[in-house]
Amino acid sequence: MALEIRVDGLVMTYGDLRAVDGVSFTVAPGEFFGLLGPNGAGKTTTLEMIEGLRRPQAGTVRIGDHEPWRRESGLQRRMGVQLQASSFFERLTVREQLDTFGALYGVAAGRTDAMLEQVGLVDKAGVRTEDLSGGQLQRLSIACALIHDPDVVFLDEPTAALDPQARRNLWDVLRTINDSGRTVVLTTHHMDEAEVLCDRVAIMDAGRVLELDTPAALVRGLDAPVRISLAPGTLSAADARSIAGDDPVDEDAGGLTITTRRPAEVLSALADRDALSGLSVKGASLEDVFLELTGREYRA
Amino acid sequence: MRARTMTPFGSLARAMLKGFFRDRMSVFFAIVFPLMFLVLFGGLLTDQGVSRSEIIQIGAVPVLDDADPATKEAFDASLEITRSSDEPDAVAQVRKGDADAVISQDGDRVTVRYSAADQVKAATVRGTFEAVVQAANLATTGQPPTFSLDPRQVEDESLSTIQFVTPGLLGWAVAMSATIGAASNLVVWRRNGLLRRLRLAPVRTPSVVLARVAVSLMIAAVQTAIFLGLGMAAFGLELSGSWPMIVPLLLSGTLAFMSIGLLAGSIARTEEGAIGMANFVVLPMAFLSGSFFPLDDAPAWLRGVGEALPLRHLNEGMLDTMVRGEGPASTIAPIAILLGFAIVLTAVSARVFRWDA
Ligand SMILES: Nc1ncnc2c1ncn2[C@@H]1O[C@H](COP(=O)(O)OP(=O)(O)OP(=O)(O)O)[C@@H](O)[C@H]1O
Ligand SMILES: [Mg+2]
Repeated sequence: MALEIRVDGLVMTYGDLRAVDGVSFTVAPGEFFGLLGPNGAGKTTTLEMIEGLRRPQAGTVRIGDHEPWRRESGLQRRMGVQLQASSFFERLTVREQLDTFGALYGVAAGRTDAMLEQVGLVDKAGVRTEDLSGGQLQRLSIACALIHDPDVVFLDEPTAALDPQARRNLWDVLRTINDSGRTVVLTTHHMDEAEVLCDRVAIMDAGRVLELDTPAALVRGLDAPVRISLAPGTLSAADARSIAGDDPVDEDAGGLTITTRRPAEVLSALADRDALSGLSVKGASLEDVFLELTGREYRA
Repeated sequence: MRARTMTPFGSLARAMLKGFFRDRMSVFFAIVFPLMFLVLFGGLLTDQGVSRSEIIQIGAVPVLDDADPATKEAFDASLEITRSSDEPDAVAQVRKGDADAVISQDGDRVTVRYSAADQVKAATVRGTFEAVVQAANLATTGQPPTFSLDPRQVEDESLSTIQFVTPGLLGWAVAMSATIGAASNLVVWRRNGLLRRLRLAPVRTPSVVLARVAVSLMIAAVQTAIFLGLGMAAFGLELSGSWPMIVPLLLSGTLAFMSIGLLAGSIARTEEGAIGMANFVVLPMAFLSGSFFPLDDAPAWLRGVGEALPLRHLNEGMLDTMVRGEGPASTIAPIAILLGFAIVLTAVSARVFRWDA
């Protein structure tokens, strides 16, 4: 059975720094929820308060009926956690790590093989964690979070070090978990990932939630123009300008780009001139929303 | 197959134990290193009484040559006599330390030339030949001796150095690995984030601590078995009546030393710092507790410092039961002191303990 997560007015300060500054949201049972934000936005701190690793200085967290900072084993048995920094027992093999974590959660050792299969570490079962690559470590860390088949899963940047194959495979794993009714909360810097996986995302910066909605609604809300790119030589710059009207046309070595809010008209005009080969259309993405909200400056 | 589910305590203990035995350095310092000392001390000190003084005899020496068979046999036990006619060369050998003394006799005058470089040998040689000359003098009077000497050792005759060396070195070995084990385990797990991860697992802190205690006790048991086994097999160690009492002694000793490690691990930020801190405590403690040599000749204040150290009480307790033949009751006081020490230091560590790096 999935659990609801209610977060209300969370605050965590480090000296003068308000790392988390009044964060509130609710994650419905069975929802796939994403926390986005630049480095230092307060995602990890928020997640750690929700998991019960830190007691909020103000505000409350409820997972079902539990207050996680009390660390009740009843809740912890139903909660799977992957922390941002993976941590393992020294000098144990991949299989032994999973067996050990399994035993901590009262899971029979048989689960280990299924988990190895799921995260693609069957070949590495006998290898000590000291000898794994960064991405393999991360996959093991995720496997350790899922070993006891938890009802709520918290993943802090689970795909940060993964190659494209592993990333896609992990998406499948997480989707399967979520489809079976479990609640998943993750943080990520990959906007495509959030767009593909999350039912709703919260975009954070400087300890506050700036926007919270479905990825599609956020993109729509941005009301951003569409970028239509033409391969070089398919159309002259003059023709392109006449089609674009008042909309801007940029020309570079890669061809012409028309940025417009009336893509339907522009595309049909292009079709009339038989200029569709090599054409690409790019609408706004969650990344544009993200950059629009959080700016382009480096974060400390 | 492996369908059985382990308890959190069991699985943590197993993980720690594997981590320990797979680390060659840990195993070396916990077991091989102290054993090297046992072999060193055991081997060196038991040889001491056996080595004979090498004497070069120049020409005829009637006091030696004409001694009665019983006296000759006594010489053979402590002196190894070779003959030479080259007197200057013999003296040169003594000077270089290749021989211990040169003996010659000219009429009634017996001359012994020795080097003072090795004082024990010098005393032995002088004493022996004084006795020889006295005996020869007595013999010429034709009188039977009025007094006779009957030397007896106070300890059991089988008692050798190994009896005294083993408990002290074992105590040091247990102290070293329990302290360093607890300290480095704590720091490593804090630094790699495993402590935080374990906080989120349904494991209570006592299970984690007890797992570490169990592992340290197992390591101490292995050390004890190897020490006693090797001591008995190779160096003639003999255990006296109530020796099994060293088990509760070592158990409470391990707890006391772990509490030192716990404190070091709570304060230190790096593994190197924790191990350094543990060594900083354990090595002086070993000296002041008489692990390497007896403290009977040490100044009183130094022995007083020793009384405040847990290893001292462990060593004394083990000596009493393993060597001095005291009964089980003699271990009550040391065990109480060790446990008290463990409780106090654990309480202090709990105050300075941090989950996070
Ligand atoms: N233990 C701490 N002591 C002091 N400051 C901290 C501590 N932990 C976090 N911070 C600060 O709090 C802010 C939020 O950190 P947090 O780790 O939550 O960010 P994040 O959103 O997870 O970033 P990232 O994307 O880089 O993981 C940062 O400015 C960080 O420097
Ligand atoms: Mg983070």
